[in-house]
Amino acid sequence: MLPAGPGMSADQPIRPKRVRVVLADRRPAPMPIPATSEISSQTDVGRLLVRGLIRAQLAAALRIVGIAVLIFGSIPALLAVFPALGRVLVLGIPLPWLVLGVLAFPLLYLLGRVFARQAERNEREFTQMVQR
Amino acid sequence: MIVSHPATLIAVILVVVATVAIGAYGQRFARTTSDFLVASQSVGPGWNAAAISGEYLSAASFLGIAGLIVQFGPDALWYPVGFTAGYLALLLFVAAPLRRSGAFTVPDFAQIRWQSTKLRKLSTAAVLVILWLYLVPQLHGAGLILHAILGVPAWTGIVVVGVAVTANVMAGGMRSITLVQAFQYWLKLAAVVIPTICLVAYLRGRTLEPLDTDWAQPGMGLGGPLPLPEVYSLVIATFLGTMGLPHVLVRFYTNVDGPAARRTTVHVLGLLGLFYLFPTILGLLSRAVLGSPGPNGADLVLLDLPTAAIPGLVGSLLAALIAAGAVAAFLSTSSGLVVAAAGVLSTDLLRGRVRDFRLAAMLAGIIPIVLALGTVELDITRVVGMAFAVAASTFCPLLVLGIWWRGITAIGAAAGLLLGGGLSLTAVILSILARDVFGDLGWLLAQPAVVTVPIAFATMVLVSLATKTRVPGGVDGILARLHLPASTPTG
Repeated sequence: MLPAGPGMSADQPIRPKRVRVVLADRRPAPMPIPATSEISSQTDVGRLLVRGLIRAQLAAALRIVGIAVLIFGSIPALLAVFPALGRVLVLGIPLPWLVLGVLAFPLLYLLGRVFARQAERNEREFTQMVQR
Repeated sequence: MIVSHPATLIAVILVVVATVAIGAYGQRFARTTSDFLVASQSVGPGWNAAAISGEYLSAASFLGIAGLIVQFGPDALWYPVGFTAGYLALLLFVAAPLRRSGAFTVPDFAQIRWQSTKLRKLSTAAVLVILWLYLVPQLHGAGLILHAILGVPAWTGIVVVGVAVTANVMAGGMRSITLVQAFQYWLKLAAVVIPTICLVAYLRGRTLEPLDTDWAQPGMGLGGPLPLPEVYSLVIATFLGTMGLPHVLVRFYTNVDGPAARRTTVHVLGLLGLFYLFPTILGLLSRAVLGSPGPNGADLVLLDLPTAAIPGLVGSLLAALIAAGAVAAFLSTSSGLVVAAAGVLSTDLLRGRVRDFRLAAMLAGIIPIVLALGTVELDITRVVGMAFAVAASTFCPLLVLGIWWRGITAIGAAAGLLLGGGLSLTAVILSILARDVFGDLGWLLAQPAVVTVPIAFATMVLVSLATKTRVPGGVDGILARLHLPASTPTG
C-alpha cells in the first residue's frame, strides 16, 4: 500500500495508474524516453556518461562470455586431443559426465549471478554519478 | 507399442484437466488486451522464471535428451548444457535492455530501434518461421506419445493437442498461460525427479555400469562423420539461439523492469540447471536397462524405461508419471509458441484487439497442425535444434548488434537477417527432405549454425559499414533508453 498523499484520505482506494500498452504501433513511435536520458544524451557530457555506462555493461558481459567460452569451448577440443581424459574417474564417474552432466549447471548459474550483480552495480554507480 | 497401464491414461487426463482448469482460473483475470498479450507486465521474477522454464522445457528436453544420450553417449550432453547456456547469453546481452526497450518481440524491437516498417515485416516473417519450426516437432511428439499410450493413430494426437492448446490460448492469452506454465515446470520436475530416485534406489550399482563401456566415451558425435565440428555447431546454435526464440523473448516483456528481467533470467538458470540433472541420469538408466533405444525409438525410451526396470505396479505408476510430464511438456511449450505467434499475427496483420488476438491464435495453431500432418517425423530434439540454428542466424545478431552497436543500420540488419535466415532455413529444410543426397555434408545441413551465424554477423556489420550514412539520427537517445536504469533521477 502506498502512503496516502496530501489531499487524499487514507481509506480511499488508490488506483494504480492506467498504462496503455501498445504493441506494434506502426507509426514511428514517439518514445517516452526517461527525462534523464534526454538530459544525458543531449549534452556532450551526458552522452559521454551514457556511452561509459554502455561500455561498462558490455565489458562486464564480455568478461563473463570470455570465461564461459574458455571453459566450455575448450572441452570438446581437449577431449578430442587427449582422449585419455574421458577415462579419468572422479568419484567413480568419468570426467566428461561429471563436467557436462553436473558441474556445468551450477557454473552457468554462478556466472549469471556474478554478471547480474556487476550490471546492477554499474547502474548504481551511474545513477550516483548523475546525481552529483 | 507400449502396453499402457490404466494409470497412464488417468495421469494424462489429469494433466489436461488441471491445465484447462488453471487456464480457466487465470482467465478470470484476463480482461484487457494487455492481459492477453503481456499479463499486464506485472509478473514477479519467481513466477516468471518458473513460467519461462515451464514453457522452455519442451518435449525435446523432457523425452528427447534422454533418448539422444542413450544413442550418442556424452556428446549428447551438449544439448542440456547448450539449452541452459543459452539463457546465460540472453542474460548478458539481451535481457535488461530488451525489457527497457518496451519491445514485445523482435518486430517491435526493429520498429523501436530503426523505425523501419520493412525491417519490421521481415522480422515478423522470421518470427513465424522460427515459431512454426519449433511447434511442428512438438506436435509430432504429441502424436507419437499419444499413439504409444493410447494406441490411437498419430494424427489424432497432433490434432487433439493442437486444438486443445489453441483453444486454451484463445480463452486466456498470456495471463492464464503464465499460471499454467509455472505449474507445469514443477510438474515436469516432479515427473523426472521421482522416477529417477525410485529407479536409482531399485537398480543401485547397475545405474553406473554403462559408464564402463565405450559408449560412455566422448567423441562419438551426433551421428555425423565429423563429431567435433558437429558438437561445436550445436553449441553455437543453442548458446546463441535461445535469445532469438520469439516465445522466450515475449515472456521478458512481462517482467516489471530491466533489473527484474535480469533477476528472472538468473532464476531461470537455476531452475533449468536443476531440471537438466535428471534427463542425464535417466538416459544412463535407460542405457543400463534397455541397452539401446527401444522398439519405439529414441524419443520414447523414457516411457519404456520404468516398466522394463521395475515390473509390476510401481513401474506402471512411474511410467504414468513420466507420460504425464511429457504431456505437460507438449502443452506448455506449444501454448507458449501459439501465444507468441498469435501476438505477432494479431498486432502485425490484424488490429490488435482481444477479438483479433483470438482469431490470430486460431491461425497460429491451425497452420502448424497442417504442417505437422503433412511432414514426416524426425527426432524431436534434432528439429528443435534446427529452430535454434535459425534463431541464432537471424535474431541473435540483430539483437546483439542492435543493442550494443550504434553503427548498425536497418539495411545492414535486413541483409544479415535475409542471408543468415535464408541459408539456415534452406539448410534445415534440405536436411529434412533430402539428407542422404548430401552424404558427408548432411550433418552440416541439419546443424548449420557453425557457418550461418558468422555469415549473419559479418553481413550485418559489413553492410552497415557500407551504409554508414543511414545510421538513424536519434540512435544515441534510443541506446540511452535501452541501457539507462529507470531509477535515474531527473535533475
